[in-house]
Amino acid sequence: MKIVVASGKGGTGKSTFSANFAWSISRGRDVVLVDCDVEEPNLHLFFSAGKSESGVTMPIPVFDTGKCDFCGKCGEFCRYGAIAVLPEKIMFFDDLCHSCGGCRIICPKEAISETERVIGKVWDAPVDEHLRLITGVLDEGEPNGIPVIKAAKEAAEGNDLVIYDASPGTACPVIETIEGSDYVVLVTESTPFGLHDLRLAAEVVRKLCIPAGVVINRSDGEDDETEAFCREAGLDIHMKIPFDREIARLQSRGDLFSVAMPEWQERFFELFEDICIRTGGAP
Amino acid sequence: MKKIAVISGKGGTGKTMITGALATLAKGDLVFADCDVDAANLELLFEHEIETTEAYRGMQVADIDQDLCIQCGNCEEYCRFGAIEYRDERFYVDPVKCEGCAVCTLVCPADATAMKDRESGKIFYSRTDRGPLAHARLDPGSGTSGLLVSEVKKRVNERAGNRDLLITDGPPGIGCPLIATVTGMDAVLIVTEPSTSGLHDLGRVVKVARNFGVDIFVAINKYNLEESVAARIEKYCEDEGIPVVGRIPFDPMVIEAIRNRTPVTAYDCPAADALREMWETLASRLERG
Amino acid sequence: MKMCITAKGDTPDAQVEERFGRAPFFIFHESEQDTYTAETNVFADAAGGVGPRSAQVLIDHGATVLITGQLGGNARRALEGAGIEVYQAVTGSTVREAVTAYRENRLNRIL
Repeated sequence: MKIVVASGKGGTGKSTFSANFAWSISRGRDVVLVDCDVEEPNLHLFFSAGKSESGVTMPIPVFDTGKCDFCGKCGEFCRYGAIAVLPEKIMFFDDLCHSCGGCRIICPKEAISETERVIGKVWDAPVDEHLRLITGVLDEGEPNGIPVIKAAKEAAEGNDLVIYDASPGTACPVIETIEGSDYVVLVTESTPFGLHDLRLAAEVVRKLCIPAGVVINRSDGEDDETEAFCREAGLDIHMKIPFDREIARLQSRGDLFSVAMPEWQERFFELFEDICIRTGGAP
Repeated sequence: MKKIAVISGKGGTGKTMITGALATLAKGDLVFADCDVDAANLELLFEHEIETTEAYRGMQVADIDQDLCIQCGNCEEYCRFGAIEYRDERFYVDPVKCEGCAVCTLVCPADATAMKDRESGKIFYSRTDRGPLAHARLDPGSGTSGLLVSEVKKRVNERAGNRDLLITDGPPGIGCPLIATVTGMDAVLIVTEPSTSGLHDLGRVVKVARNFGVDIFVAINKYNLEESVAARIEKYCEDEGIPVVGRIPFDPMVIEAIRNRTPVTAYDCPAADALREMWETLASRLERG
Repeated sequence: MKMCITAKGDTPDAQVEERFGRAPFFIFHESEQDTYTAETNVFADAAGGVGPRSAQVLIDHGATVLITGQLGGNARRALEGAGIEVYQAVTGSTVREAVTAYRENRLNRIL
């Protein structure tokens, strides 16, 4: 089973939820947790474990200036502005390149070949015998995280239960993470900002036809508007995590609150069992 | 006109709340722009009336003319984004996966593929009590784009006239949308919070802002939630020569105010006091700058 | 010598545009003949990579000097690679004023 944890808005506590959720489930069965928030991966801050690392690459063009006659067709074709052709020199902007391969196809002199460029890495960390953490990390200054998300998802293939932590927002990386999953947990906070962004996220999962439920984080009990929206949108609210200074403090130090507060471990496991019933999977 | 952008490396630090507060505290005529186009929230804090709505067209998308298609499969073979689907014995473009590279138009022997404009969001121009507001909404699944940010800024500049101050709510992160936001500003106010990830992301966004020769200021939101980390942020700013102009305490009234769709400065509370103090420091520095 | 000035309009009396890649117009000035030619920047509304693509326009025109407001990182690299000198215009000045200021060595060189 594949469960994605997503949120429309940044800073709702999505990663805190994912880490505690996965850790609590792993007390009862094997889990692989995948950090797909490749621009700001931080699940690893919650767990200390040795890790292995593999590089993620994407193809980029190499120009053979012996064959090139500087006709400029490649630069003209590239819709990302990654190639500028000077009278006797080619300039290539690797951070603008999307690896579409078009320049190589259009070159009339066959002067363009391809090489692999490292844009990030995947960490694989066995936290303990029941929990494995896979982290996608996009290198600083790289604009496109999709290949890193794909590589992190691939590394988790073949496991019975995988939990994916998506990046915030509703842009391409989130879609890439959500596609092909069985259930989405939307983490929100009960402010108009949180609700506004929850609406956008709910719209995405509805379009992708994936069942979803909501967790309200930092709830202060005044959740009427969020509850009304969820009723209207047919989304069940699975859990409310109250605003609590102790939880906030544990979290900003990088500790799991479900370790210090064992009652939460049970609640997270019950939530998992509930999702299993909804999706028809066995816990 | 002075131009200031409120930005943050990390999402959820209280950037929009602070932008809203600045808008109520600043004297004189204002214009504002919400450049956080993925999650535009500034409009929620101000009663506004939308005056104009325009379609935003981002990257083009490929389209296959089924009458011309000869089913050779070249497009599917060469597309590196998996955006060509084969179903019911026909080839289709998945617009979510298409990155607009146009390689399919290169390899199609039948001229059946073409690039088409697509609407990927909306740009709004609204009227509020505090001045004109330009804002936008990107359709879910569309890539973030510096272009949409530039379009929002263009709208606001067109209407700025002789106003005194432009306040911009920027996007989180350090990518293209942020760079498009900071371009042309006089100053940036970076909103951070006392957590390890907050400090980490502050360092990244400062590095980017330095390239633009803008004045850099920092505000620490909820500074008393973890004072040891707040102290590390203060130390970092001192070492970098960046003034910390605001220290806003954690205050339940902040959430209350957001729920009432009102800037927090409308209330008498510790956070509002801190924001007023912050604005005075900031205003005198902007004046000098 | 041919220089390029980024502009908000298509005449020498238009204001200098402070953005390079997204400038609505490029105005090319031939110093020997003292002529001005305006060209619409077709990349002003492109989704990405506008810096290098606009630099390509200057390269194709053989301009050796650029007067503008601000440069992004990629535009800077492309212009540097092409050996184009870049000067910063005074905010609010017109294209003609910027050219005069350049001749009188009053502009700040940024590249």
